[in-house]
Amino acid sequence: MLGVDIVAEPFVKFVGKAVAIVRDNIDTDQIIPSIEMRSQLGHNYAKSLFAGWRYSDIEKRSENPDFVLNQSGMDQVRILVSGHNFGCGSSREHAVWALRDYGIRVVMARSFGIIFYENCINNNVLPIKIPNDRLQNDQELADVQKFEVDLQNQIVTPLSKIDQKWNFEIKAYHKKLLIEGVDPIAMTLKNIEQIRAFYDSDTRDRPWLYAGTRIRSNP
Amino acid sequence: MVTPSTLFTKLWDAHRIVRFSDGDDLIAVDRLLLHERTGGVALRSLLNKGHTVFDTNRVFAIMDHIVSFLPGRGENEARSPGGDLFIRETRSLAKELDINLIDTNSREQGIVHVIAPELGIAAPSLSLVCPDSHTCSLGALGALAWGIGSSKAEHVLVTSAIRVQKPKQMLIRVTGKLCAGSSAKDIALFLIAEYGAKAGQNFAVEYSGRLIDAMSIEERLTLCNLATEFGAFTAIIAPDQKTIAYIQDKPFAPNKDCLDEYQELKTDDDATFDKVIEVNAEKIIPHVSWGTSPEDSIPIDGSVPSNASNEALKYMDIRIGQPIRSLDIQGAFIGSCTNGRLSDLQSAAKILKGRRVARSVKAVCVPGSQKVKRDAEALGIDQIFKSSGFEWGAPGCAMCFYAGGDTFPPFTRVVSSTNRNFEGRQGPKVRTHLASPAIVASSAIAGRICSPDDLQC
Repeated sequence: MLGVDIVAEPFVKFVGKAVAIVRDNIDTDQIIPSIEMRSQLGHNYAKSLFAGWRYSDIEKRSENPDFVLNQSGMDQVRILVSGHNFGCGSSREHAVWALRDYGIRVVMARSFGIIFYENCINNNVLPIKIPNDRLQNDQELADVQKFEVDLQNQIVTPLSKIDQKWNFEIKAYHKKLLIEGVDPIAMTLKNIEQIRAFYDSDTRDRPWLYAGTRIRSNP
Repeated sequence: MVTPSTLFTKLWDAHRIVRFSDGDDLIAVDRLLLHERTGGVALRSLLNKGHTVFDTNRVFAIMDHIVSFLPGRGENEARSPGGDLFIRETRSLAKELDINLIDTNSREQGIVHVIAPELGIAAPSLSLVCPDSHTCSLGALGALAWGIGSSKAEHVLVTSAIRVQKPKQMLIRVTGKLCAGSSAKDIALFLIAEYGAKAGQNFAVEYSGRLIDAMSIEERLTLCNLATEFGAFTAIIAPDQKTIAYIQDKPFAPNKDCLDEYQELKTDDDATFDKVIEVNAEKIIPHVSWGTSPEDSIPIDGSVPSNASNEALKYMDIRIGQPIRSLDIQGAFIGSCTNGRLSDLQSAAKILKGRRVARSVKAVCVPGSQKVKRDAEALGIDQIFKSSGFEWGAPGCAMCFYAGGDTFPPFTRVVSSTNRNFEGRQGPKVRTHLASPAIVASSAIAGRICSPDDLQC
């Protein structure tokens, strides 16, 4: 049951169907074009994922049959596989929301844009780096239909190529957020006394920063 | 003896509240910047969870991302369908929570990374975060500034702190003089092309060297702005007399005593970096991008390389070996947090003066802020743009990214002073070529990609 500090379903070991979009530098504008970003909290972004590639006309939602997510069985996909620098570009968290809402629990890539990686962790999506010596070319990457992902033990196993399994790195804190589904704000508030002490002391050192200079719009 | 350390480490250590056992730090955030695209979402989520803002004085909400860029726009007028909801929500929550608000038509309004320096919200030694990847721009003033996601912005609202692992550090030393016709933009595009769009991954980059010393604050802002296209965590430049002269007397700037101290803020001579890149600027001629990543950039006298990806070639309707110069264009845009400052507009105006934009080209200039617009108008620069055939818009992010609404038609080839040539970035199927404002201006006149030297009259 979700409690006050538990904000997401805990992440458990699972086997998931994978789809590969093996290109380098897939930016967050591709993952979700800006026009798809709606303001409401809790909006479902599943249909916005890769909208620029997925639809030949984004407004009319006419599907581009050549795009991989428009092939049959894709609603079962839980793992996205890609190349270097996945999620580079804009900081829009909507990119992860779109992946998450589509059903993607794990993104595997050769490397990640820094902000995107952090956004994944904050939204219960697991980013996993694919080592250069595993599934060495695009074809090998694309060939794997299913992976077993064991976050507790930090092991990824391509089910069709078990010899290619690898141990992946993840920070202990990130692992805790994903496995326990805890709220990062609640975690930081455990240090609130230290935060207050820092600012009490800093207010004496840099009074100008806390002086309360204000700006309110007067057009 | 004190261990020699880098400027970045000094600022990081000064802001560290807690060091965790897994290597993360809890870093104090001096100022948080929000914008209407995601600010309202973060503020609403905070309220829904029953949290409060730690210190309202140090949070700023700014309207820039999706405000209309039509002259005479209304305060809720958005350039994207339904965008007025974002503007209203951000304004109403900013007022309700009593944070600083810089509204659509306020005198101070503009793109967050343009106005934060103008107002002294960004200043040497300060730590700043914003849910926008180009927050690295502000490192140009000697600030510790980086982009985050919106749920982290909510975290900072509540705690005034952020949990983050300290990145590795890279020094990029730029020596030599700028080549005639080149700018800070060209140095940045060169670096991204030469080392790749992920070369800076997990690094904070310090720029130093004689060329950086010689650069104006606005040039430094452009250079640092593009650090995110290099994959970097952020960029930073040590403050100097120029920085202090620029920042003093701005409404939110540190007081004079502090500013004098900040001149001493720099990397110690013996400090070490995880990586060092040395660049001599003298051979870096103006650059233009040919593909769909900023790393797909080449000197203006270059050709599309043989390793170009099929996707990029197809999207850009360009072929291997094709010279970038002389490609016909139908669009030109000058503006953005990269190149929307007064000196950018001046460099374009010098070329536009007495000339006309080619008939086939839709050309738009959107000053980065109300102040840039006012200053430009006081110098008559708006008249130069308008008489040449450029539209002159109201400040904001404008055509740097498409959010629905007015843009270039599909398949338009656009030369743009912005930061991203991603597929669809400036509109569905729009083909963006990144370049400096001078190259955008000359290309708009000629109706094809060219440098000012190529113009016949």
